[in-house]
Amino acid sequence: MSAAAALPSTFWGWVLYLARTNWSMFLSGAGVTVVLAVLGTLAGCVIGFLVGMVQGIPYPAMTRSVGGIALRAVKAVLAAYVEVFRGTPMIVQATVIYYGSKQMFGVDMSAFVAGFVVVSINTGAYMAESVRGGIDSVDRGQTEAAKAIGMTHFQTMVSIVLPQAFRNIMPQVGNNLIINIKDTSVLNVISVSELFFTSKSLAGTYYQYFPTYLITCVIYFVMTFACSRLLRWYERKLDGPTSFELADGAADGEKARVKVPGRTSRALELLNGKDNSKRRAMR
Amino acid sequence: MNTVMNTPVVEVDKLRKSFGKVEVLSGIDFSVERGEVVCVIGSSGSGKSTLLRCINMLETPSSGEIRFDGSRVDSGRCRASDYRAKVGMVFQQFNLFNNLSVLDNCVIGPMKVHGRKRPEAEEAARALLAKVGMDRYVNAKPHQISGGQKQRVAIARALAMEPEVLLFDEPTSALDPEMVGEVLAVMRDLAGEGLTMIVVTHEMAFARDVSTRVVFMDKGVIAEEGAPEDIFDHPSNERTCEFLARFLEDELPAEEPRDKAMGARP
Repeated sequence: MSAAAALPSTFWGWVLYLARTNWSMFLSGAGVTVVLAVLGTLAGCVIGFLVGMVQGIPYPAMTRSVGGIALRAVKAVLAAYVEVFRGTPMIVQATVIYYGSKQMFGVDMSAFVAGFVVVSINTGAYMAESVRGGIDSVDRGQTEAAKAIGMTHFQTMVSIVLPQAFRNIMPQVGNNLIINIKDTSVLNVISVSELFFTSKSLAGTYYQYFPTYLITCVIYFVMTFACSRLLRWYERKLDGPTSFELADGAADGEKARVKVPGRTSRALELLNGKDNSKRRAMR
Repeated sequence: MNTVMNTPVVEVDKLRKSFGKVEVLSGIDFSVERGEVVCVIGSSGSGKSTLLRCINMLETPSSGEIRFDGSRVDSGRCRASDYRAKVGMVFQQFNLFNNLSVLDNCVIGPMKVHGRKRPEAEEAARALLAKVGMDRYVNAKPHQISGGQKQRVAIARALAMEPEVLLFDEPTSALDPEMVGEVLAVMRDLAGEGLTMIVVTHEMAFARDVSTRVVFMDKGVIAEEGAPEDIFDHPSNERTCEFLARFLEDELPAEEPRDKAMGARP
């Protein structure tokens, strides 16, 4: 009787009650979600960069050699990986990997580790394609110039092409992070205690679905919104300052800061055709 | 003119290059000796740029041979980068590394390819940038400077590798007219210092005044080559006459004052 009297009777009453009494549950669920999404996206990026880089190695240099055949085989395996993991739902991959690894190989992963593996591999498959696109988007002249001063394919990639490709695919990395924040919710099928899983148990405990999931909704949105702002800030940081400092002039010793158009006005200038040289670099 | 030198640094032998069914180079025989400044002229599509790109191995020849200092460059794979480090290239579209500052553009090659230490590479790069008049812009990124400035940095970047031969692929064709002069002035200085240069260009005044030899290409072959005064004043090939006549028509009114300003050639 007394317990029933303590429980709220209105919708907003329930929302407040759940938030007040179970905030630590929501918070730990959100924490697991963020950790999984961030780690999974980072690992996925690493996988994506490796796969994308290998896929980008040109053939002509090494056809018919042992290396050439090995490269072909590796590329085929990687292509299959990308197709399979992009072509099946993550919820299914999660169950297959979690239960399959236990039954087939006797590997007893915790649900969290299995979740991390699934998110990484899945993100990697998507990022591989983005990285390939990002590498293609870097002007061919950049590679030629690097080769012309004697840099090897690997040096060219690491010092010249990938930094530019990375900047170009930053929006995709952001996309993947936001998708992962939301999509880790499917890991509730293997009982990873992320935000959706905790919400589901809370909702079941109190038999209050709408108030619980409303709170869940708000938390997800706050997380994704914060991430997208952070990523925008990071992109601007990557672009560097819009002005540069002139080194001391020998003649007048004058020090000046030169203002130049930023990325946006630069884009306009390009669209207006003032500089043909860079048009290919624009996407 | 001291054109009498006997060590060909670059030799091209029966070079052919096709893209699919289109044959762009149909048998080129050509050699360059140390200290020469060879200008390659000819209308668009005559294969000038392809020849230059083959010399630097950016294109693989379909057949024929290219030798550098007497040894073949198109055999074996690992040597491509060693060879390219000795043959610099300046591109029409500058191709400065967009993610690096002006200074870093000029030190990355010596550091990565020659294994220089940064302070040493930086000192050399600053000196070269001073030479092309870009030493005050060391901190700028490529998108922050003008086309002429980019091309001067690109020349400094190529020189930083201490190349034995420097190839120029239409270095002024992507520039506004008022920026052409600053780049040509730098190239003129380099020629004066005795650097071996192969220059694909449409700048006839430059070809006439600076080069030790002019090569006229037409439809994938060398139609005529010789001393600049012979090619420009007494061309013997019919196509050369046609080509030059068209250029004289279009360009000479603009070229003449510049010729005078630059001083008479010997």
